[in-house]
Amino acid sequence: MEKKQETAAQKALRIVKGNPIVLLLLIAAIVVGFMKDNFFSWANFGNLMSNTAVRFLIALGVSGCLITKGTDLSAGRQVGFAAVVAGILCQRGDYTGRLWKWAPEMNIGLVFLIVLVLGLIWGLINGLIVTKLHVPPFIATLGTQTIIYGISLVISDAQPIGGFQKIYTTLINGRIGSVKGFHLPYLLFVAAVFGLLFWFIYNKTRHGKYMYAIGGNEVAAEVSGVNTTSTLIGIYATAGVMYAIAGYLLAAKSGGSSASMGQGYELEAIAGCTIGGVSTTGGIGTVPGILVGVLVFELLKIILQFLGVNPYYNYVVQGLVIVLAVSLDIRKYIAKK
Amino acid sequence: MSEYVLEMTDVCKAFPGVKALDHAQLKLRPGKVHALMGENGAGKSTLMKCMFGIYKMDEGQIKLDGQPVTINDPMDALHKGIAMVHQELQPIPARTVGENIFLGRYPMKKALGLIPIIDHKKMYADTAELLKKVRMNFDPKQKVGELSVSQMQSVEIAKAVSANCRVLILDEPTSSLTANEVEALFRIIADLKAEGVAIVYISHKMDEILRIGDDITIMRDGQYIGTWPASEMTTDSIITKMVGRELTNLYPPKNNVPGEVVFEVKDFTSINPRSFRNISFQLRKGEILGVGGLVGAQRTELMEGLFGIRSHSKGQIFYKGKEMHINRPKDAIDQGVAMLTEDRRGSGIMGVLSVADNISISSLNQYLDYGVSINSKKVESLVQDNVKKMNIKTPSSKTQIKSLSGGNQQKVLLGRWLANNPDVFIMDEPTRGIDVGAKYEIYCIIEEMAREGKSIIMISSEMSELIGMSDRIMVMCDGRVTGFIDGKDATQENIMALATQFE
Repeated sequence: MEKKQETAAQKALRIVKGNPIVLLLLIAAIVVGFMKDNFFSWANFGNLMSNTAVRFLIALGVSGCLITKGTDLSAGRQVGFAAVVAGILCQRGDYTGRLWKWAPEMNIGLVFLIVLVLGLIWGLINGLIVTKLHVPPFIATLGTQTIIYGISLVISDAQPIGGFQKIYTTLINGRIGSVKGFHLPYLLFVAAVFGLLFWFIYNKTRHGKYMYAIGGNEVAAEVSGVNTTSTLIGIYATAGVMYAIAGYLLAAKSGGSSASMGQGYELEAIAGCTIGGVSTTGGIGTVPGILVGVLVFELLKIILQFLGVNPYYNYVVQGLVIVLAVSLDIRKYIAKK
Repeated sequence: MSEYVLEMTDVCKAFPGVKALDHAQLKLRPGKVHALMGENGAGKSTLMKCMFGIYKMDEGQIKLDGQPVTINDPMDALHKGIAMVHQELQPIPARTVGENIFLGRYPMKKALGLIPIIDHKKMYADTAELLKKVRMNFDPKQKVGELSVSQMQSVEIAKAVSANCRVLILDEPTSSLTANEVEALFRIIADLKAEGVAIVYISHKMDEILRIGDDITIMRDGQYIGTWPASEMTTDSIITKMVGRELTNLYPPKNNVPGEVVFEVKDFTSINPRSFRNISFQLRKGEILGVGGLVGAQRTELMEGLFGIRSHSKGQIFYKGKEMHINRPKDAIDQGVAMLTEDRRGSGIMGVLSVADNISISSLNQYLDYGVSINSKKVESLVQDNVKKMNIKTPSSKTQIKSLSGGNQQKVLLGRWLANNPDVFIMDEPTRGIDVGAKYEIYCIIEEMAREGKSIIMISSEMSELIGMSDRIMVMCDGRVTGFIDGKDATQENIMALATQFE
């Protein structure tokens, strides 16, 4: 086990070395850290960790689609859908603004399972559209994301949802240690568990090998006996489950949810994956890389925040970083040719 | 004034590792059909691509009307009156006939006297005129994608005619046409001849050549063999001149002993009426069955059909008397069939993945712990066994396969299939694009497999390889099996005679 962790660390290091943007942001973080007092604080650290954790789950979900040369534009809207459903079902029984007054107060564990199953269904629908109807993933998920957003608006009545059960918010925002000192948010452990699980799936199972094979050369994979249809459906379905988990956590983390929650997260997730070395040409991408990519992207946001940059300019800078990261990735590919 | 409209002399062209053209020549007379003949890989298409400006010649001269010229690119060739109808048509299906013909040189007019826009009216009127010339009366505004293959070809010819060409290259124009469509094409050719157009006609079909050809130039291994009037040639004399070369001993001694019949195909027919049909053959245990034929004989299509990559409409496959049902590659693999495909890069290797991933992808079930987790030690030992056995040269098992040489990639793919221990191994051009040393090693591996009792089907377009390796040769032409030849009796002549037996 020790040896495996070492290779994961080596991979992360290689990504940092091979990607100047990562290096640049790390340097920027250190500089900002010495300029601003509160940057190197436990509060900021905990904040960065829990933000990264949720984004990491979404990025893990979309990574399988990217590695197989597809994409999933419905990620953000699926997160929003899960947040809305989880929010409605986790409202307190005595809350006056309760959306479904007829329903009993529900166990938050049961709600988690319901949200999970719904996410699985959305993912299966995406997978079936891509494999059975042969609609390119870009268009297929462009369509489903609109559908999902519409449904979220309908069931939430386009209203913000609040009044969650106390246990729901306190559990998910919980931590080991105290906010003032060293602490580890529970979300960090959730992310770690899924990170290890995905590392195992990608490196140690047939499903993972088939995924890389499809990304490397789909025709060759098919000829080699890989069931490309079921593998792809599995990838989109897993992605749906990951978005559902993220949505469930995000609603509690924010203490409220709405249909617009998660908007644009698909692009952040894709950006994180790409910065972390998931190749847009297929067949390449590692879990440690994705973690680094997401972490760096979140770091960028916090740096901009600490520098007091106008929040509207944040989008401009984030966009520039995405374009730069992908162009550098493509350059590596062209150079090898 | 020169006797010839176009002359190419002493043309040389080398690609990395091959001399594709070695002092080739071709002299075209106006108003004549000049047949250009040779085996697959003799350099016909390369010579035409030099004439049309797709390739640059290393050496040699092109003269137009006796004047030396250089042709820089296809646009330049068109301006000089040279047009080409490619073997594989490349129309833009979603656009109209008119737009396809005038692509890149649309007739323009000025809107409001200053803004240049396309003159659609003139374009479609001109198109109608051109279509009349090639005896096709379909709508110039029809989308090309809605046309039949022969109609698309007529559009291509119309396009060539519209450039007022004086030299027209037709590369295998009849390979996908029915008999009636061929007659229509011949009428167009006759019209063009009457106008003084020189036509280069590339085909393997002897009867066509002897019927419409005026001159015949034969090439072999990139070299010019000679030019003769078609009236003096016969099918036999053409074949002799096309293949006349000595075989050198490049093959391992064969010690495999074919046993009883194990694999049988009955009346196997494609869903595509132009492809393979009514194919029946048997394969013995430990036998190497060579499959010969010209480009377009549907050999690859047949084998991909047997392996489940392509669909069939009827027919049966038996292994040891038991019927196999194969609808996709996985079915074939599960029943002990393996297939090395022709296009190594397109359907063989997964370039960015490691040697280990590439070699193990078909047999992952064998390396599982607890039915879930892949044991990387087992995969590593698979890699090392193959590296040792087949002498694969790779820096490590983690190296990306695309950085290996073609021969080593091919050995990795052989290893991929051998890991499943198949009973029947189909190989489509197993040594294409591989250097001589690695070729010999691959022949040894094939021979050893046969010795171990595996049955092998080997498609090859290299005559010497076919004769040197096969116990028996099945020859195909135009989607049918035209005959079987025992390996000991096989000669280039009798294979070529069967390979050109068109209906």
